[in-house]
Amino acid sequence: MNNMTEPTAAAPDDDARARLACIRATLARRHARERRFRALGQAAVGFGVLCVVFLFASILYKGVPAFWQAHIAAEVHFDPARIHVPPPPHPHSDETPAQFQERMHRWREQLARAPWEDLLVDALLAHLPPEAAQHRADVARLLTRGERYRVREMLAEDFSLLGKTVALALLADARVDVWYKNAQQANLPDTVRRWAQELRARGALRLQWSSALLMNTDSRASPASAGLAGALVGSLYMMLLVIVLAVPVGVASAIWLEEFAPKNRFTDLIEVNINNLAAVPSILFGLLGAVIFINGLHLPLSAPLVGALVLSLMTLPTIIIATRVSLQAIPGSIRQAALGIGASRVQAVFHHVLPLALPGILTGAIIGVARAIGETAPLLLIGMSAFVSTVPRTPLEPSAALPVQIYLWQGNELRNFFEARASAAILVLLVLMLSLNAFAIWLRKRFERRW
Amino acid sequence: MNGMVTLAVLLLAMSLAYRLGRARSLRVAQAAGGVRALHSRPVHYGVLAALWCGVPALVVLLAWAVMGEHVLQSVVAAALPAGWADGMEAFEARVLLDRISAISKGEALAQEGALHALQVQGAAHMAALRQTGQLAVAAVVALLAAGGLWYAYRRIAPALRARNEVETAVRALLAGCSLIAIVTTLGIVLSLLGEAVRFFQFVAPADFFLGTVWEPNFSSADTGAQGGDYGQFGLLPLAWGTLMVSGIALVVAVPTGLMMAIYLAEYAPRGLRSVAKPVIEVLAGIPTIVYGFFALLALGPALHTAGQWLGLEVRAASALTAGVAMGVMIIPFISSLSDDILTQVPRALRDGSYGLGATQSETIVRVVLPAALPGIVGAFLLAASRAIGETMIVVLAAGNSPLLHANPLEAVSTVTLTIVNQLTGDLDFAAPQSLVAFALGLTLFVLTLALNIVALYIVRKYHEQYD
Repeated sequence: MNNMTEPTAAAPDDDARARLACIRATLARRHARERRFRALGQAAVGFGVLCVVFLFASILYKGVPAFWQAHIAAEVHFDPARIHVPPPPHPHSDETPAQFQERMHRWREQLARAPWEDLLVDALLAHLPPEAAQHRADVARLLTRGERYRVREMLAEDFSLLGKTVALALLADARVDVWYKNAQQANLPDTVRRWAQELRARGALRLQWSSALLMNTDSRASPASAGLAGALVGSLYMMLLVIVLAVPVGVASAIWLEEFAPKNRFTDLIEVNINNLAAVPSILFGLLGAVIFINGLHLPLSAPLVGALVLSLMTLPTIIIATRVSLQAIPGSIRQAALGIGASRVQAVFHHVLPLALPGILTGAIIGVARAIGETAPLLLIGMSAFVSTVPRTPLEPSAALPVQIYLWQGNELRNFFEARASAAILVLLVLMLSLNAFAIWLRKRFERRW
Repeated sequence: MNGMVTLAVLLLAMSLAYRLGRARSLRVAQAAGGVRALHSRPVHYGVLAALWCGVPALVVLLAWAVMGEHVLQSVVAAALPAGWADGMEAFEARVLLDRISAISKGEALAQEGALHALQVQGAAHMAALRQTGQLAVAAVVALLAAGGLWYAYRRIAPALRARNEVETAVRALLAGCSLIAIVTTLGIVLSLLGEAVRFFQFVAPADFFLGTVWEPNFSSADTGAQGGDYGQFGLLPLAWGTLMVSGIALVVAVPTGLMMAIYLAEYAPRGLRSVAKPVIEVLAGIPTIVYGFFALLALGPALHTAGQWLGLEVRAASALTAGVAMGVMIIPFISSLSDDILTQVPRALRDGSYGLGATQSETIVRVVLPAALPGIVGAFLLAASRAIGETMIVVLAAGNSPLLHANPLEAVSTVTLTIVNQLTGDLDFAAPQSLVAFALGLTLFVLTLALNIVALYIVRKYHEQYD
């Protein structure tokens, strides 16, 4: 049997083998292509993850050191022989607040005339060799200007300090700080560097945790003590106002569109309009704010209120869309059950659908708000790029905002110093945004229900 | 302060009205045979009474809060001795009136000098007026609140359809809220259009849209007074810069984002997917100013060094730097949109392809992607619109050089960057130097709107295919 079949089987066998080889070859090629394709996908994902890691690593690497600034330990003597100031005034019962302000103002002027710089320089000279006394101006440049105001405010707050000696860690000048951290980058004049080296050798000049970055406001004269307090408060005001303004309005309009609106051309128009509005570049909202709120309604420039109005309009579509998605996720049976036992449509929505959709709505709204407080461009157009050195007490006062502060600091002339400062500001902004996002995710995880 | 007190009293009155209305409904119900005789629940009668009591009064209160100061100022200004504002700029007169307001409230003192008497006199007048005004408003508010309450209280009867009336009010409020979105769009269009039209009175539209030179003179003060040379406002260099930067961004983002979506949707094990997806979406939540900052700080110098290795002159702030940074920003946008679209492609299409012996990548390239193409094109267009409108990255990293050239390694300027440059600082709504920002904004709006509409149309149409 074998002998009989062999010759006839040989040809197809060869044929099959050749075909098999061909298939193997193409298959190998196809599999190689498959592996390459998969590797490409992995590379893309890897690139994305790498970007995230790089971004966060460099923010931390650049930003965290800004919280430790060079300080000079010194004992400051509040010398009554050189500070000729009476005790601070107290309000009388028979004067208006404005009159008391006036008297207080005059007392403060008197206080400001005391030789604060000399007192600080004297405190530093205690650490320095005697010849330093001939270079008082250079020694004074070791300290940032804000320190004299800090010492003055200490006395204004607690007048019993007069005549006492207080051990303080005085904040060093921005250039000294840069020099301490990286001697190559610094452009510290030699005359000043000499005394900085001296202080460093004696251990008086050292890095120390500084709350200036968080507690102070922005400052031009004293870069080393420039801080984020004003910007942080401004951003928090805007965040609160956006929550108060945009979330209720957004949720209300989503409820109307999803649950009550008749299906006609007009509601179609609203829907298309909201989808488009969500994709309008943020800078156009800034132009809107400039024309309507600033030029039209004469609202104050750089006020958090105006910023919040602009950001609210910008966030509204996001909140509406998120709310609609979570309303859609509630099954119709809930509504039908409510209607079936005699509830009106308003009752069905507000008593049954809305509470069930609330976690999803809040998650979407919080993510929208978090995005809004990171927005810069519209704020620049309503005057928030102005230099503001106060903490706003009301949302109508001029204020900075965190993203705008980053923008202003990155453009500062003292590049080496403000790069780190801006990175630290980014860190604060991201912590704020990420904690909002984390809260949103927690809400969703905690209360989400699958149907 | 006074307004706050009135508001608090009004809220108290509303809660009282609620209790009264509710109590009355229960009383009339008893006469008619118990609560079941009422058309609505007692709560609805209470809310109805509170609404009638509060809403008209609130409207008046709000009107006073918004316009009261303005009215007071114009009355006082009219009563000041004639010619007080002679030789003053309009804004100086406004500052003076604001100061008079502040003095009359005891928040400031009159300035020494020529204007002292004027300020004291105006403030005294205003303080008197304010007192009268506040009394009048309080009286009107009280009258409206009492009248509304009386009206609603009298109407309460078992047959009154209180629930329907309250719900009509609720629905009206909800519908009113959704009108805000329309009003916003209208506001954007009208404010851009209005100011752009004023710009085109200075510069001919043809010179703007077809001009190839962007060279505005710096301030209006130098040239504006003679009505002379404002400089040249040619859109094309900016449009070209925008195109270049967003083109580079899309070249970076689309392949990466798409491959990412494909890998995560089709290949990645569940564990990796559940970790990598949120990590990459973090990129979408990072503010653009941060991208701009790192583009300037890290990416620009890195590209410059890389360019030197290759013998190329790469500027640290260039179209390339801004484009790459923007690309990284858009990656998660593309990848999450494409991911949604890929997972919507029905399983049966894939199974059919596997059944014919195709490998996974062949299935993806030849079956899944073509099926998903409309959606991906939509995502691409949305990403393009976002790239065109992106501002902070280009402000920091594009270098701001409005010249027409084709070299992506050089600095460029874009539409958004120029809007920021022309409009920060002082807002002078009379000079073409700032008005041009609105013409640029209008161009940007029309462009992105067109892209969005086409993209949303494509995406929507695609959704219908498999639903």
